[in-house]
Amino acid sequence: MAIWIEEDAKVLVQGITGKQGMFHADKMVEYGTNIVGGCTPGKGGQTVDLQGKPYPVWNSMFEAIEATDAHATVIYVPPPFAAEAIMEAADAFDSVKGEGVVVCITEGIPTLDMVKAVAFVENRPGVRLIGPNCPGIITPGDNGGAKIGIMPGHIHAKGRIGIVSKSGTLTYEAVAQTMSIDEGQSTCVGIGGDPVNGTGFIECLAAFQADPQTEAIVMIGEIGGNAEQEAAAWAAEHVTKPIVGFVAGATAPPGKRMGHAGAIISGGKGTAEEKFEAFAAAGIACAKDPSELGAVLLESLKAAGLR
Amino acid sequence: MNIHEYQGKALLKANGVPVLEGVHCTSVEAALDAYDTLGSKVVAVKSQIHAGGRGKGTLYNPTSREHVMDGGVKIAFSKDEVKTYATNILGNLLVTIQTGDDGKVVNNLYVEAGCDIAHEYYLALLVDRENKAVLIMASTEGGMDIEHVAETTPEKIHKITVDPNSGLLGYQKRDLGLALGLQGTSLKSFMKSLTSMYNMFVNNDCAMVEINPLVKTSDDQIIALDAKVSFDENAEFRHKSWDELRDLSEEEDVEIRAKETGLSYVKLDGNIGCLVNGAGLAMATMDVIKLYGGEPANFLDVGGGANEEQVKTAFSIILEDPNVKGILVNIFGGIMRCDIIARGVIAATEALSLDVPLVVRLAGTNVDEGKAILASSELNIHPADDLAEGAQRIVELIGGVA
Repeated sequence: MAIWIEEDAKVLVQGITGKQGMFHADKMVEYGTNIVGGCTPGKGGQTVDLQGKPYPVWNSMFEAIEATDAHATVIYVPPPFAAEAIMEAADAFDSVKGEGVVVCITEGIPTLDMVKAVAFVENRPGVRLIGPNCPGIITPGDNGGAKIGIMPGHIHAKGRIGIVSKSGTLTYEAVAQTMSIDEGQSTCVGIGGDPVNGTGFIECLAAFQADPQTEAIVMIGEIGGNAEQEAAAWAAEHVTKPIVGFVAGATAPPGKRMGHAGAIISGGKGTAEEKFEAFAAAGIACAKDPSELGAVLLESLKAAGLR
Repeated sequence: MNIHEYQGKALLKANGVPVLEGVHCTSVEAALDAYDTLGSKVVAVKSQIHAGGRGKGTLYNPTSREHVMDGGVKIAFSKDEVKTYATNILGNLLVTIQTGDDGKVVNNLYVEAGCDIAHEYYLALLVDRENKAVLIMASTEGGMDIEHVAETTPEKIHKITVDPNSGLLGYQKRDLGLALGLQGTSLKSFMKSLTSMYNMFVNNDCAMVEINPLVKTSDDQIIALDAKVSFDENAEFRHKSWDELRDLSEEEDVEIRAKETGLSYVKLDGNIGCLVNGAGLAMATMDVIKLYGGEPANFLDVGGGANEEQVKTAFSIILEDPNVKGILVNIFGGIMRCDIIARGVIAATEALSLDVPLVVRLAGTNVDEGKAILASSELNIHPADDLAEGAQRIVELIGGVA
C-alpha cells in the first residue's frame, strides 16, 4: 500500500515530445516508473525513445487511456495550455474509467485558469488533481517505484513515513531528513505553491491516516493563505499517527511574493508564526529548522512507541 | 503586478463602471490645465503611487527629508489650491503606512472632479484560495481600513463566492446590494456596475480589484471613487497591453533584472546574501539564518534548472547590495546537478573577485563530485553538510550574531 499511486502504477506523460516532458519521462523510466506512453496533440502514432526503448504517443488523452488503461498522467505542458491539459485528462479519466490521478508540474499557470480547471476536476469525483507548480508524487518501491514528477528519485527509499509539502526542494530536504534517521517513505506528495491548486493538505493527511504502510507524517507548509491552519485543526480531530511539521517563510516581509505565487503575506494573514502556532495547538511536533526534521521525527516515533 | 489608480479607473471606465472625470498629470502646469478642463469647482488632487494609505500619508523633501505637507490626497476648492497641492506632491517623497519609512517619490498625479456623496461603501473582488473561486466582498463601512472593519465588526462585511461554472448570478448581485441597504435606482446601478466589474476581473486576469470607497451620489448613482487594481503576473503572456501599464519606477530595478534572467529575487535588510534553488527552500534558508542570529540580505531562488551563467548573475545581483558581508549558497540538487553548481560558484567567485566569506552547502544529485570540485579549488569556500551548519558557519564568519 501507499497513497493514490501504487509502485507499479501505469503512467502517461502529457507533453512527452517536448523538451521538458521527454527529459523527465526518461528520468522516470530510469527510476523504474511504469510509463506506458504519452500524449501530444498532432503527434499521435509517433514513438518517443526513453532509456533506449520506444514508447507510443497518442493525439488525445481519451485514446491514450483507452489503449493503456493508465492510472495516472503527468503534465509537462507550457502554462498557456496547461489548464486545458488538466481538463482533458480529467474528462478522459472520468469518461473512460471513472477514476485517475492527474499530476501537473507546470509552473506559472494563470490563477483564473486554475479556478476553472479545479472546478472542472471537482465535478469528476473519481479524478484527483495534484499540483500545479509542484514536484509531483512518488511512491518508492522495492524495485524502483513510481516517480511521477521531477524529484530526484535516488534520494528516496521505500518506508513508512508519508510526506506532504507545498515546496519542491524543501520536500527533498524532508526526504533526506527521514533517510538520516534510517526511515524511508510510503508516498511523498508535493501539493504545489500556487494559490489555487488541486489536492490539499487535509486530503493527504486523511489518506496517510488510512494507509496501513504510513506510520508517521511530515507536513511542510509555507506562508500565505490558511491551508496549514485548517489542516492542523482537522488533524487534531482525525489523525492519530504522529505528525512532524515545518513552515517556511518566518522571515518573509509582508506583501512581497516570495517566488511561489501563493507565498505572500497579505493583510497580516498567512504568517509563518500563525501557522506554527496552529501546528503546536494541534499537537504537531514542529522543527524550527528543516535540518532538525529528522531528530524531531525520531523523537515522535519513539514517543509513539514506533522505535 | 500593480497599476496606478488613474490606470485602474481608465480600465473601469472602459468596462462600463462609472467613474468621475479625471486627468492624469506629471507636472504642476498640467494639473492647472486639468482644473480648467474639468470645470468642477471642487477637485481631488491625488498622489499616484503603488501603496495604500495615501490620504493619511506625509510628504517630505526627498533630499533634505524636510516635512512638506500632511496628506497625499487633497481636496482643492480653487485653482490656487491645486497649484499648492500639486507643487507639494510632485517630486516629493510620500510616506504611508504601506510604503515603509523610505516612502516613494510621487511622479504621477491624478486630478479628479468632485461629486456629492450620500454614502461610502467598500467593494473588492479577489481570488479566494480557500474556495478556489472569485470572491466579492462588500461593506457599508467604506473609506475605512477594511482589515479594521473585519476585526471589529465582521458582520458588516458581506461576501459572495462566484461558482466558475455559472459565473456571477443575478440573485447574488441583488442579495449583495440589498445587504448594503441599496434599493431602487441605486440597487440597479450597483448591480450593473458589479456585472461590469466581474467581467473586467475575469477578462483582464485581475488578482484584485478594490474600490474603497465605492460611493452612492445624492442622485442615487454608484461611482468608483478609488481603484486599486492588480493583475496576475502568470497571465502576462496573454495581455500585451500590460507592458504600457507597468510603472518600472515603482519596482525595484534589481528585482526586474533578476526576473529577466529567470531568477526570483527580493531584497531584504540583512547582511547575509542567500543563493538557493526552490522558493520553499530559499525561504527556509532565510529563516534558519535568522534562527542562528544572522539577518538575510535577500530571498533568491535560482529555480530548478539554473546554468552556470544564471549562478553568476545571481552572485552579481547579491553583491550589488553594499550591506552583504557574506554569502550562503544552499542547493539541494534534483534536476540541478551539484557538480554544475560547484563549477558555477567557482566561475562566479573568480569572475567577480569575491571578497566576502562564502559558505556552500550542497546536497542531492552528484553531491560528491560537487564537493570534490569545491575542495580542489584554491578559493576560500567553506563547505557545510546541512543547512543548520551552513547558517551557523556564515553567521560566525561575518563576525557573529547581528
